[in-house]
Amino acid sequence: MSRRLPRKAVVIVGLGWTGSIMAYELAKTGLDVVAIERGPWRDTASDFNIGTAADELRYGIRLDLFLRTKQETITARNNMSQTALPIRRWGAFLPGNGVGGAGVHWNGQTWRFLPDDFRIRSHMIERYGEKIMPADNTIQDWPVSYDELESSYDRFEYLAGISGKAGNLRGQIQPGGNPFEGARMREFPTPPLKQGYAQDLFTKAAAEKGLHPFPRPSANISTAYTNPYGCSMAPCTYCGFCERFGCANYSKSTPQTCVLPVLMREPTFEARTECEVTKVNLSADGKRATGVTYVDRNGEEWEQPADLVLLCAYGLFNVRMMLLSGIGKPYDPNRNEGVVGRNYAYQCGGGATGYFEDAKFNPFAAAGSLGAAADDYNSDNFDHGGLGFVGGGSMTCAYTNGRPIAYHPVPPGTPNWGSKWKRAVRDTYQRVANVGVQGSVMSYRGCYLDLDPTYKDPLGRPLMRMTFDYQDNERKMSAWMSERSNEVVKAMGAKQTQMSRLNGPWSVVPYQTTHNTGGAVMGSNPKTSAVNRYLQSWDVPNVFVMGASAFPQNAGYNPTGTVGALTYWALDAIVGQYLKNPGALVQA
Amino acid sequence: MSARWGWLAGFLLLAGSAWASEDNYVAATRGRALAIAGDCIACHTAPGGVPFAGGLPLETPFGTIMTPNLTPDEATGIGRWTVDDFARAMHEGVRPDGRQLYPAFPYPFYTKVARADVEAIYAYLRTLDPVTSRVDRDTMPFPFNIRAAMSGWNSLFFTPGAFKPDPQRSEEYNRGAYLVEGLGHCGACHTPLNALGANKASQPLQANRINDWTAPNLTNDARLGLGSWSVDEVVTYLRTGRNATGQASGPMGEVIAHSTSQMPVADLRAMAIYLKERGTAGSTAPSPLPASDARMRTGEAIFIDTCSACHTSTGAGIANIFPRLAKNPVVQQDDPATLVRVVLAGARAVATAAAPTAPAMPSLGYRLNDEQVAAVLTYVRNSWGNAAEAVSSADVQRVRKVLVSGK
Repeated sequence: MSRRLPRKAVVIVGLGWTGSIMAYELAKTGLDVVAIERGPWRDTASDFNIGTAADELRYGIRLDLFLRTKQETITARNNMSQTALPIRRWGAFLPGNGVGGAGVHWNGQTWRFLPDDFRIRSHMIERYGEKIMPADNTIQDWPVSYDELESSYDRFEYLAGISGKAGNLRGQIQPGGNPFEGARMREFPTPPLKQGYAQDLFTKAAAEKGLHPFPRPSANISTAYTNPYGCSMAPCTYCGFCERFGCANYSKSTPQTCVLPVLMREPTFEARTECEVTKVNLSADGKRATGVTYVDRNGEEWEQPADLVLLCAYGLFNVRMMLLSGIGKPYDPNRNEGVVGRNYAYQCGGGATGYFEDAKFNPFAAAGSLGAAADDYNSDNFDHGGLGFVGGGSMTCAYTNGRPIAYHPVPPGTPNWGSKWKRAVRDTYQRVANVGVQGSVMSYRGCYLDLDPTYKDPLGRPLMRMTFDYQDNERKMSAWMSERSNEVVKAMGAKQTQMSRLNGPWSVVPYQTTHNTGGAVMGSNPKTSAVNRYLQSWDVPNVFVMGASAFPQNAGYNPTGTVGALTYWALDAIVGQYLKNPGALVQA
Repeated sequence: MSARWGWLAGFLLLAGSAWASEDNYVAATRGRALAIAGDCIACHTAPGGVPFAGGLPLETPFGTIMTPNLTPDEATGIGRWTVDDFARAMHEGVRPDGRQLYPAFPYPFYTKVARADVEAIYAYLRTLDPVTSRVDRDTMPFPFNIRAAMSGWNSLFFTPGAFKPDPQRSEEYNRGAYLVEGLGHCGACHTPLNALGANKASQPLQANRINDWTAPNLTNDARLGLGSWSVDEVVTYLRTGRNATGQASGPMGEVIAHSTSQMPVADLRAMAIYLKERGTAGSTAPSPLPASDARMRTGEAIFIDTCSACHTSTGAGIANIFPRLAKNPVVQQDDPATLVRVVLAGARAVATAAAPTAPAMPSLGYRLNDEQVAAVLTYVRNSWGNAAEAVSSADVQRVRKVLVSGK
């Protein structure tokens, strides 16, 4: 039997990027805000000591900062004819754990989606006709345009101090930036990171091939910076311990560096860590959330009543929380009805690795989002006529790290162990450059999330089931992108190259990317979206759902920039409209 | 304001003086600001305890004193004290029962505080909720438990008397002097102590070691004191806890958190002007050790490996995050205690509303031995324009012992 706590104005489930921004902005208005986070408290000064933060074994291999499957896992299968099994060790993707969430251990690549991405269905059909759309797709336009989101992107980038070079300032194309990007109202808050030798080669080769290379926008920032909240950051030291690590140098934009210092000073804010929300409680008619129930670190159950519930957990877990709480109709792929769990998508890789003869790339001088990129093959920046697929990807030559345990590229044909392997590691370490692709993944009727019929968590709640595989559209796109990448690597001077391929069914085992999107998508039609254009539940209007779970399908970029932009976009609607007149902001 | 209410306001103004003793909101508000300037809360609050309810153990070279409860609780606080009792304690260091207070309570400074300000502080303390907090006020060991002995101490070291402005100086200077020498009691930490625990009148604000922190020289000396900081930089430091050179941590961090970051900028400015205009004093710079010195070579190697990622290889640091070491007065104090302590145990900068990010210096004591700490600090104290005596491994050993034993 849970004990009921005094009512709060706002309860936030999960204290990562979206939760911390929401908590700070709402607490600042004087509202009583509580954030409930199932993982531990994390702080740069106490948890990411410079002497111990760069411990590859602890963080990179043993995954100290990540969610344990004991806390939560999912079951997975490739298609509806299979029986899903639980993931017993996270692999393909690594959800975060604790205060800061995935915002602690990310690499920091911070993109804006392209204007076309927000109306990709309409755009592709207008340009190429219905026939280009892949079989069984459920691709849909976003209910918000790039122009509407521009100022929200800007706020997130200035919060995070993102380093980059504008390619389109108020419609004027800028040399050195990405000419395909949507118009931005002002320059990046900090200049791009210093590029390495491989990036110089890429930039030269890409330009010679008629592409438009530019430095990738980065949340490992290039100069000292103080954000509009007053939080200060230091310049990146290019140590190459970003993804899977906490940054000890105050150089990576995270909730810890950008928000928590001011959030924790707010007198009306409270964080409860190591407390797991088990469900959102609804009124008898199911139309209003009354608060949440959670279990604290001692296993005791509490009810936290609240006027407003913000689901700010990792996207996948927001979807599960909705399914467990009965918020919105679960998606049924057989009838193609229901919305919660619908349009789950991912990210697809591709690219080519080049082995050079005389190069000395110093891959250890790296940063999670250091890199030179080209967007010529992203979204619909190129002619898809005759290619047989929708989508594309950003192409980047980057070093995120050259760490001793995991980074030891060897040429194809090298034995996997023994003295020949050792010699190849030594000979190759300095001489490898990669051109990688961050590819879009469209949404399909058969790719979705629901509650598993068999497996349960330690609290007796059903696990969530993921049904996903790459479809022909993505396989074609990835192969085509790998060929383009291969051309660039060759032009950079590689003597030997190797293209990556999506072979066989999607696997949960090897790490690929933690860019899981969809499942609680935003839209204009309550029959095909779980939340409206302000990320407000259609069914329970005092619940808002943040995060990449809102993406109708995934674009050819990392998601965090858009997650941040959507947070400010929803925040404006909550503060400007909802709090003044609580209720549905969009009439169904 | 409408005319209808105007007459009432006028009436209230006339009546104001008569009501002051009953509902002295103005005095209490002014008293709160003065209590902040005096940083009363810092000593009169136990760790995790109710503000002003006392119970903090204050370590002195002569024993530990528990700070008293300042809330108006009749049995355990100062509820029965009259304003005259309070003024006598502030100005003379004497309790209502006639017994002496120890000068850990900085009455040698508070004696300069104007009677009107003392009354305002009293008025403020009366507004606090009474808290029952019984504090053992007799924890000093023999012979220091004999409070009467303090009258001898007072006759040697205590000069009672109100602050006297210097008519030759500006109003700002005198305001600053009043705050620094009075409520601010800066000298309590920053002026060296003699063997009997009194601040040496001959060396005011010329640096002192207190609990193995160096309270730096606050004269206008360019190498050791505030000479290289502008008035604005001093103000920024006191208001935010940092400036282009460095960041406050340790005891000064607490002073900034509880006191100066909440003071009016005009007062901070006055204090900065006073400190910078009252003159220069301190040791002469030694010639820096040559880079060829073996300690310097070892120190540089350790610095590059361990320190330069944050403090940068030129000692320039990073504004607002990592302190500058080049020409930083804290680095060049005669007594390296703060440096040794910070390298061994780490430190965390104070967070303030104006500068909420509170970065930390990691503890390196677990992987640098005494000689390595001495070498790297010797290098830092003699590079990039710095000049200061070498740090010996005995210096490090002593502080390490204190840190390990906790006393």
